Amino acid sequence: MTVTDVLVCALGAVSLGAAIRVVTTNQIVRAGLWLVVALGALAGVYLVLTAELLAWVQVLIYVGAVVVLMLFAVMLTRAPIGRSDDLDRPRLPAILVGGGAGLGLAAVLADAYRWSYIGLSGVEPGNAEALGREVFTGWALPFEVLSVLLLAALVGAIAISRPEVGERREES
Amino acid sequence: MPVWLEIAIRVAGVFVAFLTLPLIVGQTEHKVMAHMQGRLGPMYAGRFHGWAQLIADGVKFVQKEEVVPGAADKSVFRLAPAVALVPYLVALLVIPLGPGDLVAQPLDMGLFLVLAVVGVGIVAVLMAGWASANKYTLLGALRAAAQLLAYELPFVLAAASVAMAAGTLSLTGIVEAWRPWWLLWQLPALFVFFTAGLAEIRRPPFDAPIADSELVFGYLTEYTGLRFALFLLAEYVGIVVISALTTVLFLGGWKGPFASDTLGWLWTLVKVGAVAFVIIWLRVAFPRLRVDQLQKFCWLGLVPIALLQLILTAVVKVGF
Repeated sequence: MTVTDVLVCALGAVSLGAAIRVVTTNQIVRAGLWLVVALGALAGVYLVLTAELLAWVQVLIYVGAVVVLMLFAVMLTRAPIGRSDDLDRPRLPAILVGGGAGLGLAAVLADAYRWSYIGLSGVEPGNAEALGREVFTGWALPFEVLSVLLLAALVGAIAISRPEVGERREES
Repeated sequence: MPVWLEIAIRVAGVFVAFLTLPLIVGQTEHKVMAHMQGRLGPMYAGRFHGWAQLIADGVKFVQKEEVVPGAADKSVFRLAPAVALVPYLVALLVIPLGPGDLVAQPLDMGLFLVLAVVGVGIVAVLMAGWASANKYTLLGALRAAAQLLAYELPFVLAAASVAMAAGTLSLTGIVEAWRPWWLLWQLPALFVFFTAGLAEIRRPPFDAPIADSELVFGYLTEYTGLRFALFLLAEYVGIVVISALTTVLFLGGWKGPFASDTLGWLWTLVKVGAVAFVIIWLRVAFPRLRVDQLQKFCWLGLVPIALLQLILTAVVKVGF
């Protein structure tokens, strides 16, 4: 095993362990903090596999924004310190769905690649230049479609949160 | 020189900068603020104009009792100061000090790394505020999170403008591509980046999260002793990082009117010091923004300016 293998395995184990803690812990905010660890370890895996840009995007978007928004929302509503024993968490369906999806994906990936080996030295590093070239040549259409999707989501968020047109705003 | 020795020297250099520069900034703040307010500031510690005041403060903090509130989530409470400090330490690793190889770790996407890790600091604030089990700390943490999420956008957009102009995400590459007339071309981005950077490190006038007249001391209320000192250290390292980033991205880094190649590191330090001075000055000169004013200023002021700057950068870049 090379250093890369060891690092990928170690970071993967950290990520998996933290992810399991996310769904098993009884403390809501700690679940969010474990999610930070899981996503951070995943960024580490990307970094080891030379996908630099993806790794830092992962940190910037998921750790720095998405998880923070989730923590923010949880703390605004109800975030007791200590255990919450009234969490509504159906275990059996969750295990079936989560485990089934995970195992299925793992089976598909393992079957697709079998024992094929790709040396890291032959791979072009995933830096900004390489990714930009790909996105704006071969993947231009999906990229644009995705941006339309995001725009629609933004407009939807504004439409839901703003008061009805013509309705007078209550002065507080 | 063997590789491991070189790495060790570079990391040690960053660590020394990490421990000394914030202290220098802090001492300067004591004295500059004092003189701007017609006071003398610290005069006794170390005899000469109180130069050892912060060292004395450090000794005092170490001796203090470590109090953890009874209702607090103890492990999260204890972990928060470390989470606050580490991102800035990582950010310092990629900031170039001078031409050639005078940087701890040159990276192709140094700019992106810095922006990503500086954003992680919010997690520490939320951890500290929530784990303290105190309504003032929680309110402070929520204010901080709302502020940081909002100002992250103009912060990144302004940095993107420079990256577009230079055609690279490498901090060293950006300084090499920099020309003096960029001062004018990128002036709106400079303003947006500097202001949003101030908000990112929660310095006055953007210190609503620790507003002492409303929230005691915001998310830091329950911290004492060494952990409190670590949070303060994080704030001053934050000043150094924001000043250094402003210098590298907008003020030409190690480029000066003369001797850029030999004395480049000195130019960088001088510029960083000047920007840090302005940050201290703003603390004395401006009253604290209210929470709603703060959000309005970001969304209606900084974001449009940053977007216009992006258009301007693209037009100049493509057209000339």
